[in-house]
Amino acid sequence: MKLRNKDLLGMKELQADEIEEILKTAEMMKMVMKSGNKKTSHLQGKSVVTLFYENSTRTRLSFEMASKFMGAASANISTSGSSVNKGESLLDTARTIDVMSTDIIVMRHNQSGAPHFIAPHMNASVVNAGDGMNEHPTQALLDMYTMKEKYGSLDGLEVAICGDLYHSRVARSNAIGLSKMGAKVRVAGPATMIPHGFGKMGCTVCSSIAEAVEGADVVMGLRLQLERQSKSLFPSVPEYARYYSIDQKTLLLAKPDALVMHPGPCNHGVEMPTVVYDSPQSVINEQVTNGVAVRMAVLYLLMARRNQE
Amino acid sequence: MKIHLKNGKIMGGNTLLDIFIEDGKIAASLSGDADRVIDVQGAAVFPGLIDAHCHLRDPGFEYREDIVSGTKSAAKGGFTSVCPMPNTRPVCDNASVVRSIVAKAKSEGYANVFPIGAASKGLAGKELAEYGLMKEEGIVAVSDDGRPIGSADLLMKVLQYASDFSIPVMNHCEVESLADGAMNEGDISTQLGLRGIPTAAEDIMISRDILMAEYLHLPIHICHVSTQGGVRLIREAKARGVRVTAETCPHYFVLTEEACLGFDTNAKMNPPLRTEEDRLAIIEGLKDKTIDLIVTDHAPHHADEKVLEFALANNGIVGFETAFALGYTYLVRPGFLSLEDFIACMSVNPSKLLGLGRGTLAIGAPADISVFDLEQPFVFDKDTMLSKARNTPFHGYTLYGETNLTISGGRITYEKLC
Repeated sequence: MKLRNKDLLGMKELQADEIEEILKTAEMMKMVMKSGNKKTSHLQGKSVVTLFYENSTRTRLSFEMASKFMGAASANISTSGSSVNKGESLLDTARTIDVMSTDIIVMRHNQSGAPHFIAPHMNASVVNAGDGMNEHPTQALLDMYTMKEKYGSLDGLEVAICGDLYHSRVARSNAIGLSKMGAKVRVAGPATMIPHGFGKMGCTVCSSIAEAVEGADVVMGLRLQLERQSKSLFPSVPEYARYYSIDQKTLLLAKPDALVMHPGPCNHGVEMPTVVYDSPQSVINEQVTNGVAVRMAVLYLLMARRNQE
Repeated sequence: MKIHLKNGKIMGGNTLLDIFIEDGKIAASLSGDADRVIDVQGAAVFPGLIDAHCHLRDPGFEYREDIVSGTKSAAKGGFTSVCPMPNTRPVCDNASVVRSIVAKAKSEGYANVFPIGAASKGLAGKELAEYGLMKEEGIVAVSDDGRPIGSADLLMKVLQYASDFSIPVMNHCEVESLADGAMNEGDISTQLGLRGIPTAAEDIMISRDILMAEYLHLPIHICHVSTQGGVRLIREAKARGVRVTAETCPHYFVLTEEACLGFDTNAKMNPPLRTEEDRLAIIEGLKDKTIDLIVTDHAPHHADEKVLEFALANNGIVGFETAFALGYTYLVRPGFLSLEDFIACMSVNPSKLLGLGRGTLAIGAPADISVFDLEQPFVFDKDTMLSKARNTPFHGYTLYGETNLTISGGRITYEKLC
């Protein structure tokens, strides 16, 4: 099947059959990745530009590797070293990239809605690689892929998402995406970090980390986004770690073989102790691997849609 | 100029009547032949609309709007008088800025311009501005609009000092420490990952202002009420005799926070668009006269300040050219307000609050007259606006109440080409 939209802006904009299609395609892409010859010609003669207004290790590298594995000409721009530092607006910067015959622009930006703002002005397809506190759809897709790989299906899966929900685009995308796929999402964190009406995105808001984790198939920690704390939402990192981390004792409340996930980068000892991060239940490194496969799938499907037009 | 206005339905009534205008005033008859005879063919004739709260951006931000384009836009919306807020550059906080605004409006404008002076010097919220000297040059109220009079101590002094000059105080009610957001705090802000401004930010300040006015036995006017809680607080205060008046804007009774979905920056304003419950409460407040005025908060911005990432875009929308039609379409036609009560909100009450001696078609009154077609719907097109700005969320709306003719001080300031 074909994706409905030119752009991938968020899980809000994707329907269940499209999510299914991306996850299915990612399976094939993972086989390519794991094969000795990591090369396809799906994006040969096409170009992908990553435009990052925020720091990134995993997302940016995985999009770049995904483009390269599929034969695209790829380039990246980050704010340092570009005309953004000369005060060029987002729209002008994006247009500059667009008119270089770019097929896909992968963008990360600190403002919610930034990709939604530029997408209608672009001939290129825009992929949201994280916008402010809004969404990070490819992260949710790779998380869902990782869960599906282990459990076979997302339907009825109980997923606990814990921590800094206020700033988390990962939590929003996962809550929206997982509920579309029939999973039961429970969230918990400090009351100051649970935004108004979070439950209306298809999840249950719990009053403690323990309550969310109890009986869960998947336990996901969220990074405490220290760089985004403009207001005092918690008194100190040690107090946060004491009451809101996923420690070994809390993890015992989950199903015995529950998956431990984290979108990274992790503040060790804050969201979870290293012993949990490195535990046999942890699939945090697999998430990174799957991130490349899922991004290959996204680029492939968007390009397939472009080729048909 | 002598004008004979024929076949108008006064206040939208059923009988066709004529109005005579001579020497800038409404006359019982003309002293000789009319210079112009205008047959309005059964259109509705009202006292000229008065906007008690707008931004003309002049001086200082003429790239957004100026007194000429702003008053042309106002006239096209049926406004004969407008009251620009003082957040210009330089700030309208002294007699010479007031004088220059009034003089420019008199020589080049298309509406009466009654400036609102700053409540505090430089809008800084620290020291009183010179209300007396500004009043001599023509201010009709004081406000720090755009920001609240934040300190309770300053508010007390502003109310006391303004009372010496019988000048109304209009406060933008918002607790600034709670207002660090881009839209209403609620389900939609959470969905969009945007920082929210809670209704409590507005309600707390309204409540403080009411208590201060009550304590001092002095009047206060609450700007652009957008919340259910605000309406309730004002209703309760009025019931126990507090001298509080209030205004709202068309967007608060037409739109909700859902207009922000898709990150449309033309839905970004302050106070932010709220929920459906708030919208309905605003309509209730207008119905039971808790809210006295409908103002535009006309806030023109350049495209470069609106075609941006949502949180970085400026707040506000233009309002002159849609206010009457939105009110008529969304309040009068569905039966929430009578035509008379609606015109009270848009002309009579603003005149009363600000002491303008207008808002009437009585013989001898200034000839400020607005004529509207209440029968034929029209599709509002932002590119036909006379404002320099285009920041409106109402493009493409089908509305009733298009302006046919506006006369300000006996001079035709807008005439629809038929």
